[in-house]
Amino acid sequence: MKMTQHLQLSTYRVLVGNRNHDDPRSSAYLTDAHALGLTAISQITCYDLYFLYGTLSPQQCELLAKTVLYDPVAQSIQWHTLTKNHEPVLFTGGNQATIEVTLRPGVTNPVAEQILRASQTICLSNLSAVSTGQRFVIQGDGITEEMLHILASRLLCNSIIQRYALGEIQPVFPSQAESTGDVEVFHLTSWDDETLMQLSKERRAALNLEEMQTIQAYCIKENRHLTDIEFEMIAQTWSEHCVHKTFKACITVEGKQPQVIDNLFKQTIQEATRRINAAWVRSAFKDNAGIIDYDGVHELSFKVETHNHPSAIEPFGGANTGTGGVIRDIIGVSARPIASTDVLCFGSLDITFDEIPAGLLHPRRIASGVVSGIQDYGNKIGIPTVNGAILYDSGYTSNPLVYCGCVGIAPLDSHPHQLQPGDRIIVIGGRTGRDGLRGATFSSMTMDAQTGEVSGASVQIGAPIVEKGLIDVCMIARDRRLYHAITDCGAGGLSSAVGEMGKEIGATVQLERVPLKYPGLAPWEVWLSEAQERMVLAVPPASLAEMQQLCELYEVELTDIGEFTGTHRLVVRYKDRIILDLDNAFLHEGIPQKHLFAELPDPPNPAGYCGDINLHSVNYNQILLALLAHPNIASKENVVRVYDHEVQGATVIRPLVGINNDGPSDGCVLRPLETSNNAAFSLSVGINPEYGKLDPAQMAVNVIDEALRNAVALGADPDRIAILDNFCWGDPNNPKTLGSLVAAALACRDAAIAYRTPFISGKDSFNNEYLGADGERHAIPPSLLISAIGILPDWHNAVSMDLKKTGSRLYLVGDFRPTLGGSHFKLVNGTEVPDGIPACQPETARIHYLALYAAICDRKVLSCHDLSEGGLAVAAAEMTIGGRLGIHLNLPYKDELRACFGETTGCLLAEVDTGDCTAFEAFFRGLSCTPIGVVSEQPLLSISHAGKTLIELPVNDLVSAWQGSTKGAVSHAA
Amino acid sequence: MQPRALILLANGTNRDRDVAQALALAGANPVIMPLQGLRQSKRSWNDYQILILAGGFSYADALGAGKLLALDLMYYFADQTAEFVAAGKPVLGICNGFQALVKAGILPANEANPDHSEITLTFNQSGHFECRWVTLKPLSQICLWTRRLTDLIACPVAHGEGNFVSSNPAVLQQLISHDQIALVYVKQDGSMADGEYPFNPNGSMMDIAGICNPQGNVLGLMPHPEDNVLPYQYAQWMRRSGHSGLPLFQNAVRFVQGRESA
Repeated sequence: MKMTQHLQLSTYRVLVGNRNHDDPRSSAYLTDAHALGLTAISQITCYDLYFLYGTLSPQQCELLAKTVLYDPVAQSIQWHTLTKNHEPVLFTGGNQATIEVTLRPGVTNPVAEQILRASQTICLSNLSAVSTGQRFVIQGDGITEEMLHILASRLLCNSIIQRYALGEIQPVFPSQAESTGDVEVFHLTSWDDETLMQLSKERRAALNLEEMQTIQAYCIKENRHLTDIEFEMIAQTWSEHCVHKTFKACITVEGKQPQVIDNLFKQTIQEATRRINAAWVRSAFKDNAGIIDYDGVHELSFKVETHNHPSAIEPFGGANTGTGGVIRDIIGVSARPIASTDVLCFGSLDITFDEIPAGLLHPRRIASGVVSGIQDYGNKIGIPTVNGAILYDSGYTSNPLVYCGCVGIAPLDSHPHQLQPGDRIIVIGGRTGRDGLRGATFSSMTMDAQTGEVSGASVQIGAPIVEKGLIDVCMIARDRRLYHAITDCGAGGLSSAVGEMGKEIGATVQLERVPLKYPGLAPWEVWLSEAQERMVLAVPPASLAEMQQLCELYEVELTDIGEFTGTHRLVVRYKDRIILDLDNAFLHEGIPQKHLFAELPDPPNPAGYCGDINLHSVNYNQILLALLAHPNIASKENVVRVYDHEVQGATVIRPLVGINNDGPSDGCVLRPLETSNNAAFSLSVGINPEYGKLDPAQMAVNVIDEALRNAVALGADPDRIAILDNFCWGDPNNPKTLGSLVAAALACRDAAIAYRTPFISGKDSFNNEYLGADGERHAIPPSLLISAIGILPDWHNAVSMDLKKTGSRLYLVGDFRPTLGGSHFKLVNGTEVPDGIPACQPETARIHYLALYAAICDRKVLSCHDLSEGGLAVAAAEMTIGGRLGIHLNLPYKDELRACFGETTGCLLAEVDTGDCTAFEAFFRGLSCTPIGVVSEQPLLSISHAGKTLIELPVNDLVSAWQGSTKGAVSHAA
Repeated sequence: MQPRALILLANGTNRDRDVAQALALAGANPVIMPLQGLRQSKRSWNDYQILILAGGFSYADALGAGKLLALDLMYYFADQTAEFVAAGKPVLGICNGFQALVKAGILPANEANPDHSEITLTFNQSGHFECRWVTLKPLSQICLWTRRLTDLIACPVAHGEGNFVSSNPAVLQQLISHDQIALVYVKQDGSMADGEYPFNPNGSMMDIAGICNPQGNVLGLMPHPEDNVLPYQYAQWMRRSGHSGLPLFQNAVRFVQGRESA
């Protein structure tokens, strides 16, 4: 931007506050401060802070401030010029103090960008830069400087993306340093092993010695050196994140029957899909997302990603960009994103600060940041967040899990793969900054106490509005067939996107054309940058003008950065210099296969085993209430409600259902706006770390069953369900950790084949471990998420879990063999149980699901709910909560404790109108389908066994227990 | 004939297709137009009989919901908007669109202090965004969108800044006396919410969910009737039917058709 010389540059400081002093944002911060133990603080008042930099006159500043920056009814405003010798006000003790927080320069700041745009709208052309922040005025007796630093670092500011000052903060605007174009060269042909590894470490490449030696051998063969950009590109192309080294490794399984698995992925997950060979699977493991046929006219795509490591250090940004990233995966298969899913695993919210390893955030802070990040992205981009789960376990304290999923819809076969030599390489969307550099390799490393500082640049804030523009443009471009291929910029940025696209034919890029957010980036940084909200398209020259016009209409930036060539080499130029020139074959296939060792797990008790227990003094009522209040089971309403689950008008069954819209649905059902028939689809999940700790193989079968069971409960056709796998595991170099992975993957294959549910996509995340300051390694429980997408031929057949009708019958469907191993009963009761986890029989479960589906299609089922954590008693209680009706259950089973609270697979409760009972039972001839209760008008849950009442509780008590404990579990201040 | 409805698409508008569907079902012919296209063409909006500002997060809600879209209306499209309003054509702002209409001074536009409307939509009393189903009671008989509607409307709200506040009791009094309170939040049975959460989901004064201008052709409301226009969209479809948002849109279509045949 050109400055006129004679005008004076000034910085104005503008402060906007609420007229109403007890504004909710401020009181939320106060609540959180008290939760931190800072009870001396009696009031926090927050203000918005703006710094305006340019040749504005005071009158122009006033115009901008009054027109744009505040709401005259609800807010007050004041401003002044910051003079050169302005002395900031600092804390000097007393009952009042201020803390000010601003974003670090270079962090995406949509508000600042909008202020610049708005200044143009009101015809002010001399505003050059804007910086924003918040001011907190803190009151209380005996505030100390130490207290303020704790408040700032633990609540008000995250040093990864922000900085703070006690008192007034001085603004910093992005520096104006010129780009050097510097390229470093490594002469590594003569290096010894130690020097090779030093390079890998220094550049945080996460490459092992064998991989470094392979790179060296390539250089010797081609008689060449490597530039920094070449090295960086190889490191990211070969990262765990991008090539799944562990799943493709050659694994020697040790033990009684040693065996060698030469490609775990091909032999398990992919093998299941190959064997099932479902005609309706249109793309599995080939594209950015799995694709299935929907209704013969449209196809559905589904992808689930993890964003664990970034969310651990910057929860808002991590979850924010995780959501944005998986949405781009869907745009990357030419589909319109229509639904988001989120499964979150956090440490216990009640943990004290002393128990948290150094350098880590409190789970409460992580949880509220992650939820806000998902909310911000999903709501703003206008994609409903409709399904998910939240689990708590101390194993996730250091390493939270954030699984983000997205579903898309497109006309059948509209995703092109027709790349041709001569096609232009087109980048659209956001500009490139030093964002998220080395994200791919970072996510492949174990977290240590320094990760937070060193990898600071690895996390960014998203700009959902920019991505909304990408959806608008790409959908029209797809329909007009303006591009030959498309992919998103994810981990590895342009290097990964262009590299993958040009894999078959080669590409030449002119790197200085890439538009930057700010100058000063080295070429390798431009190439590897993980700046969000960018897509790469292969556009034939003849369509370029139309594409450009379209982008202008939707205010999306388009840049032509080069050409797909046909030379089978990837070449990157910076002005007239060639700075990267690599052979595609080496880049994409040169990585040496990893050799790993696995030791299969040995569960303490076999699945399905029930040992001897003597629990005579069990208070059934208390146990049920405690189970309902357990954070894993309790209502997630305070989270669900901050996500928009209605936008796009497709939601048929919501996450919260029932007469008061507050019962826990088994999943969701959607009927997209694009379609004109009655078809609908369900989304559901299965995950169970408690089972994972005890028996990883049976856990895998159990969670597949859970995802399917939920889908069946919603009315999905058991023969039209596809699943996705997301393995979050520890360090695969540890034979025991790898053994549990191998066991789970093998079990996945067998179960998927038995259920005839193909895997269509998956993503794994390893090294979910943390090396604490104490020197000990902390690993997460083996955490396999199965996400299911199922088809309902007719939305009218969708079933929800809330009781509908007084007098109707309740049936227990499925082979009911409850155990207490890994159960939530064990968690709330605290006693050790000698049981194995539930033994899943996929063949038996499948027959029951088919029968239930037939009954549902015949409209014989009023409501249906699956048995999962907490067992039969919890499932029945949840149904009463959904419908605010009562149930009287009479248990026809021997072992009443396990019948009430034991956990099972393959079992559901179905509510059937009395007049339909005969017809309903006819669907289950020769199968397990037991009438066990009646729905009553009186809102009371009673469960009896052999004439003895075990549980008798008013539904209101169930509601309070279930809704009570999560109130305030996730704060909304962040 | 089918009235043509212009749906403005700002950066971040995201319920444009939802409202287009509702309008099409009501018998209109909706056209979604990016603002940039309208800015470039500088054409008048005479081809259109209905104007819609759809829900979403225009310009990321930076600086307050609807604020920057309001600026667009005032600086780029002041003439077109004024012409549309003055001609008495139906104008509807939903959620973010309502916020923009208020911040641009197009609503409530009553005589008391015309430069400074003295009402706003500010942060929900809960302090955060909320998505939940609410029940609305149509009240205003001068509003062409709500007049003669007898059934309650059930539909979702999805906003963080929907708390209707006025700093001036005289303004509220005028809204009442001019019949400008178009819709209020009520309990499921139609009885008064009287500020009670969650029936009144955001703390709005007098349970106000939507207001119109004194002429009755411009309506702004926070909830999303466009997301309950088909049977399966209704959260209680398994229990009962009715409470649809569609009649609101049909009212506007009928109004246009009646004008043309008159």
